[in-house]
Amino acid sequence: MVYKLTLTLLTFLLIAPVVSAQETVAASVEATVGDPPMIDSSLIPAPPSDIKAVDTDNDHGHSITVTWELSADDGSGMNNVLSYEVFRWVPFLMDELDTLRVELARVAAEIDSVGRLTGELKDERAVIWAAIDDMADQMPEAHRMYPEGGEWRLLGKVASGVATYDDTGGKDRKVSDFIPDFSDLYFRVEAVTSDSAIRAASGVAGPVQSYGQWFNTGRTPVFIAFMFFGIMTVFFVIKARRGAELYVRPLAGIEAVDDAIGRATEMGRPILYVLGLGTAADVATIASFTILGRVAKRVAEYQTELIVPTYDPIVMSVAQEVVKSSFSDAGRPEDYNEDIVYFVTQLQFAYVAAVNGTMLRELPATNVYMGKFFAESLLLAETGALAGSIQIAGTDEIAQIPFFIVACDFTLIGEELYAASAYLGREPVLLGSLKAQDYAKAAMILLAIVGVVAAQFEWNWFIELFHVVD
Amino acid sequence: MKRQIPLMLVLVFGMFLIFQYFIPHETSEKAYEFLLDWITIIGIFAMALAIWSLFRVTVAKVRTRKENWGYSIFTLVGLFSMMIFGWTAPNGEGWGWYFIFVLSVLMAIGMLVQTMSVKSGRGLWAGLMFVFLIIAVLIGIFDNAWSFHFMSAEPLENPMFRSFFDFVLMPILATTFSLLAFFIASAAYRAFRARNLLATLLLVSALIVMLRFNPYLTPIFGDYMARTSNWLMNVPNLAAQRAIVMGVGLGIVATALKVILGIERGYMGKG
Repeated sequence: MVYKLTLTLLTFLLIAPVVSAQETVAASVEATVGDPPMIDSSLIPAPPSDIKAVDTDNDHGHSITVTWELSADDGSGMNNVLSYEVFRWVPFLMDELDTLRVELARVAAEIDSVGRLTGELKDERAVIWAAIDDMADQMPEAHRMYPEGGEWRLLGKVASGVATYDDTGGKDRKVSDFIPDFSDLYFRVEAVTSDSAIRAASGVAGPVQSYGQWFNTGRTPVFIAFMFFGIMTVFFVIKARRGAELYVRPLAGIEAVDDAIGRATEMGRPILYVLGLGTAADVATIASFTILGRVAKRVAEYQTELIVPTYDPIVMSVAQEVVKSSFSDAGRPEDYNEDIVYFVTQLQFAYVAAVNGTMLRELPATNVYMGKFFAESLLLAETGALAGSIQIAGTDEIAQIPFFIVACDFTLIGEELYAASAYLGREPVLLGSLKAQDYAKAAMILLAIVGVVAAQFEWNWFIELFHVVD
Repeated sequence: MKRQIPLMLVLVFGMFLIFQYFIPHETSEKAYEFLLDWITIIGIFAMALAIWSLFRVTVAKVRTRKENWGYSIFTLVGLFSMMIFGWTAPNGEGWGWYFIFVLSVLMAIGMLVQTMSVKSGRGLWAGLMFVFLIIAVLIGIFDNAWSFHFMSAEPLENPMFRSFFDFVLMPILATTFSLLAFFIASAAYRAFRARNLLATLLLVSALIVMLRFNPYLTPIFGDYMARTSNWLMNVPNLAAQRAIVMGVGLGIVATALKVILGIERGYMGKG
C-alpha cells in the first residue's frame, strides 16, 4: 500500500511539471500566433490627417494626386515618423488582369524566340488582348464594389516631411501599372516609424476618379504668346499684301549668295550645298530647302554645276523635288539630273568624310552650309577653307555658330537663317512675317526690362504671369 | 489640285500639332503617336530611295571612271556586304560555303556594274554575272550551315556583321572625329589673329578662358583668372547666346506658321 502511494506520488511529481510545461508552451504558441505583437501604444505616432485625393491636373488621365497633413509626430512631438506609405484599394479583378499580362508577356517572348509572328501565336495574342480589354472594361464596376472584393495595395512610400504622392500609372491596359480612368479609387496613408510594425493609418480618401484634361493650363502663357505672335504675323502679311512698304536690313550672307554663284560660273567649278544633319521635320532644314530652291534656280540660269550630298533619306527626296522645281522655274528642266541631290549615309562622320572628299576632289568654288549642324560643322568648314572655296553658312545651333564664323566668309546667325528665304524672295508676304518677328522681339525686350524691375521690387505676381508648368 | 492637296494636308496636320501641344488628353496623345508612326513608315520608303540613289551615283562614278573612282568600289562592297551580313546568320559553329556565297553575290554585282560600264563585250560580263548569281542561289538553297533572317534581329549578332561594325567602321568614325582637334587648332589660329580691336578683344578673352584650366598659373593669379573667366562666360557670352536663342525661337515659330498657312512653300519647290 505504502509502495503504491509512493509510486503514485512520484508519478504525479514527475508528470505534473511536464504537463504544466506543455500547457505553458501551448498557451505561449497560441499567444504568438493569434494575438498581435505586443506594441507599446505610447510609441504609435499620430496618424496623417486631412487626406485628400484629386485627379492630377494637366495630364492625360490615369493619375491621382494624394495629399495629407503631416502626422503630429513628424518633425515635432515624438518625432518618430520615418516615412509615409500610400495605399490604394484594388479589386481582386486586378490580379486576374495581371495574370493575363503575364500570359501576354509569355506569348511576346515566344514570338521573339520564333523570330516571326505565326498564325497560332497571333491568335493566342488576340484572345489575350480581347480578355484584357474585356476585364479593363469591368474595372469601373469592380471599383464600385468597395470595400468588398478587393484589398489595400501598397503603391509606394515617401520620406517624412513630404505630404504629397502622385499615383501615376500607365495608360496602356496591357501594362501592369495601368490605372483605369473614370473608376472610383480609394486611398489611405500610413505614418511608419523605424519599427515597421509601429504605424498609424489615416482615414480613407475617396471615391475619386482620374480623367484626362482638354487644355493644359500650365501652358497658358505659351498659348497666349503664340496667339499674339500668330495674329501679329497674319496682320503684317495682310498689310504687306495690300502694298505696304516694308524695310528689311541687308544680310551680307544672303547678298553674297548671288556673287558666289557668279564666281562659280566664271571659274567653271561647281557649287556644293550642304543641308546639314537635320531631318525634314526641323524648321532649320525647311528654311534651308527654301534657300536651296533659290540657289538652284540661279544655278540653272547660269548653267553652273550643283552638288547636294544629303544625310537623311527624306531630306534627299524633298531636296530633289525642290531642285527639280527650281530648274523648271528657271526654264531649264532638261538640265535637271537626279544625281544632283544624292544620299550619302546616316552616319555623322562617314558623311563628313564623304563631303570632305567631294570638296577636295571637285574643288567647288562655293560651299553653302544651311541647316542643322553639330560636331561636323568645323570639319566641313575647315576643309572647305583649305580647298579655297568661298563659304556661306547659316545655322540655328548656337554651339556651332562660332565655328562657322571662324571658318566661313559669311555666316547667317540664328534667326537670319529663317529670314534668308524672305530676303531672297523679296516677296511682301514673306517680309511681313519678318516685321512680326521684329515687333515680337521689341515686346520681349520691353518685358525683360519690366521683369528686371519686377524682380527688384518683388512683384511676384508679374513674374508668375510667365510661369510655365509642364 | 496637285499643290492644293499637300497644302491642305500641311494646314490640317500643322494646326493639329500646334494645338496638340496644349491638349494633354489621351486622345490627343494617341493621335500624335499615330502621326509619329507615319514618319517612321515614310522614312523606311525614303531609305529605299536613298540606297538606290547612293548605288546609282556610285556606279556612275565607276562607269565614267571619274577621279578616284576606285573608292566607289569600296563603297559598293561595303554597302552590299553589310546588307548580306545583316540578313544572314550561321546556324551553328561552322560557316559552310557562306563566304563563297558572299563573294559570289559581290562578284555578281560587280559584273552588273561592269556590264553597265563597258560599251563592248557586255555579253561576256552579263554571262559571268549569271554564273556568279547561279552559284550564289545554289549555295543559298543547299548550304545548311547558315540561313536567311529577314524578320528577326538574330543576324545582327552575326559575327561578321559585328566584327565589321566594331573593328572597321567604329575606328574609322573615331579617326574622323579625332581630326576635329587639329581643325580646331587651325581655326583658332585664324580666329585669334589680332587684326583689329575686336579680334584683339576676342584673343584676350579666349586666352583668359583657356588659361584658367592651367594648374601652373593658379599660384600666380590665384582665383582671379577663374573669376574673370566665369564672368566672361556667364555675362557677355550668355547674354549674347540668350539673344540668339530668343531670335531663333521667334524665327522657328514664324517659319512654322508660314509653312502651315501656305505662305512659305520652299519645301515644295516653290518659293
